[in-house]
Amino acid sequence: MKALELAYSVRKGESSATEVIEQCLGAIDDLDGELHAFLTVLGDSARSEAREIDRRRAAGEDLGPLAGVPVAVKDNLCTRGVPTTCASRILEGWCPPYDATVVQRLRNAGAVVVGKTNLDEFAMGSSTENSAFGPTHNPHDPLRVTGGSSGGSAAAVAAGLVPLALGSDTGGSIRQPAAFCGVVGLKPTYGTVSRYGLVAFASSLDQVGPFASNVADAALLFDVIGGHDPLDSTSLDRSSPFVLTRLEEGVEGMRVGVVHELLDGTDDAVAKRVREAADALAAAGARVKECSVPEVAYALPAYYLLAPAEASSNLARYDGVRYGLRVDAPSAEAMNGATRSAGFGAEVKRRIMLGTYALSAGYYDAYYGQAQKVRTLIIRAFERAYEHVDLLLGATTPTTAFELGSKVDDPLAMYLSDVCTVPTNLAGHPAMSVPFGSDDLGLPVGVQILAPALGEMPLFRAAAVIEKAAPAAAAPRICAPLPGAGAGSREGTR
Amino acid sequence: MNDGQGGPARPGRLTREDAAYVARLARVDLTEEELDLYAGQLAAVLDHAAQVAALATSGVPPTAHAMPLLNVLRDDVVRPSLDREEVLAQAPRVEEGRFRVPKILGDEP
Repeated sequence: MKALELAYSVRKGESSATEVIEQCLGAIDDLDGELHAFLTVLGDSARSEAREIDRRRAAGEDLGPLAGVPVAVKDNLCTRGVPTTCASRILEGWCPPYDATVVQRLRNAGAVVVGKTNLDEFAMGSSTENSAFGPTHNPHDPLRVTGGSSGGSAAAVAAGLVPLALGSDTGGSIRQPAAFCGVVGLKPTYGTVSRYGLVAFASSLDQVGPFASNVADAALLFDVIGGHDPLDSTSLDRSSPFVLTRLEEGVEGMRVGVVHELLDGTDDAVAKRVREAADALAAAGARVKECSVPEVAYALPAYYLLAPAEASSNLARYDGVRYGLRVDAPSAEAMNGATRSAGFGAEVKRRIMLGTYALSAGYYDAYYGQAQKVRTLIIRAFERAYEHVDLLLGATTPTTAFELGSKVDDPLAMYLSDVCTVPTNLAGHPAMSVPFGSDDLGLPVGVQILAPALGEMPLFRAAAVIEKAAPAAAAPRICAPLPGAGAGSREGTR
Repeated sequence: MNDGQGGPARPGRLTREDAAYVARLARVDLTEEELDLYAGQLAAVLDHAAQVAALATSGVPPTAHAMPLLNVLRDDVVRPSLDREEVLAQAPRVEEGRFRVPKILGDEP
């Protein structure tokens, strides 16, 4: 059942929040041993929050747009008094003294946070294999990756454990796992969703966003979490755009460019699906044409200098002094080095070193400074493209989900799976992955829609059109009936 | 591909010594095996990154931040902050309401 319908039925009193949460916790209990989407399941607090919602419903109070809806939260978002690990040994057992703004907004909207989901350590990775607590398995094929870094959130939604989840996207960490798992994932415009309480990876690129099984639910969740937050100084001074109410307005007359560089080099099966999605937009009245944004090709190398540079600075705070792990040593400096050596995994160490190198004397101009200038060139290239079109279309990922273990020993090969997603992070623009059928192996394919800054409204309208035209996809092999789905039916073939 | 006009000079390939130096700057203790592994992997990533080093960018301003926000201010009003005991409860070592750390000044280089 959709989150929208679930919240409606709880508000109407057709289902109790307690029933909904019990079904959800039961599904997690049944299936998460196989999936490993969750690092922490919050059974006790979820049950007590559900009882409170049922009490308020009985008292006639307004329950909010997500009344009783179970939501999973990526474990790099702070939850007060609840472990927030970033899938790292260095934060194992740490309980933040505050909630992230997005978590607070979920609760204000009546949602129930049922657990914290697995990720690549500190959100650095494209497969969720860099988690210190082991990988998440793709519900469509447990021998394949979920993508990353928000793999736990994507898998939890794909397997029907929860209707909604939050992730974060620095270079594709929402969209890439959404594509690999066959769900909807949005990277909003930088600054539209608060980063307060999101553990920082690359602050100029990080953005929190929704996962959902369908476009309308993603719109609902985006509407709830978006809008200005005075606790985040990079938050834009605007209210949430409320995209949900205008979702069905269609794409008549909208100009859409199919980006050559976001198709070239992708698997044939993926490229074919993108072209079919473009045809669907054209059939719905959009003016679709081919276009080229050549500078997109430089986004990946620029990203893998800028993001590690920011990370090396942000992760300096894990020094064994104020929270998390400490490995004792006679001097402070030796304690710092020993703590960081024991607490960080291989990929985090590599990125910290890469970033430190790109920022170090003698290399700054050639690497970090140059990458910042290339970022300007990429932004200008998008600006030129958006003079002629309203939206851009391409693949989310060059391939469908790859096998667990196939890229862990080759960091550069892993980085290349982000080639279609990083350009929008550098530009600060919104982009969404929408599921669109499967490849020959039955693995989900994602189509990526890109929009200029604050272009979420046309982006969602196009997503709704593409979703309606999407070919039936194979159901996940590991899949639960959604909470409250006793009488309803799940979309897609079983 | 561009010929490098306008771009800064490209540094040489990252060596094992560079990797050891960077690890020390970043306060990450590495084993000899880790150094061997990471030096090769980082050099490969930097070779890929050299694509941007070769682009002509003279006269192009750098972008640090995609959305133009300047001087975000708030009213200077006293508000409750995080609870000191709750914060200190998360620290590895605490003494007299403060974070306790090993010796900072001393014989270590």
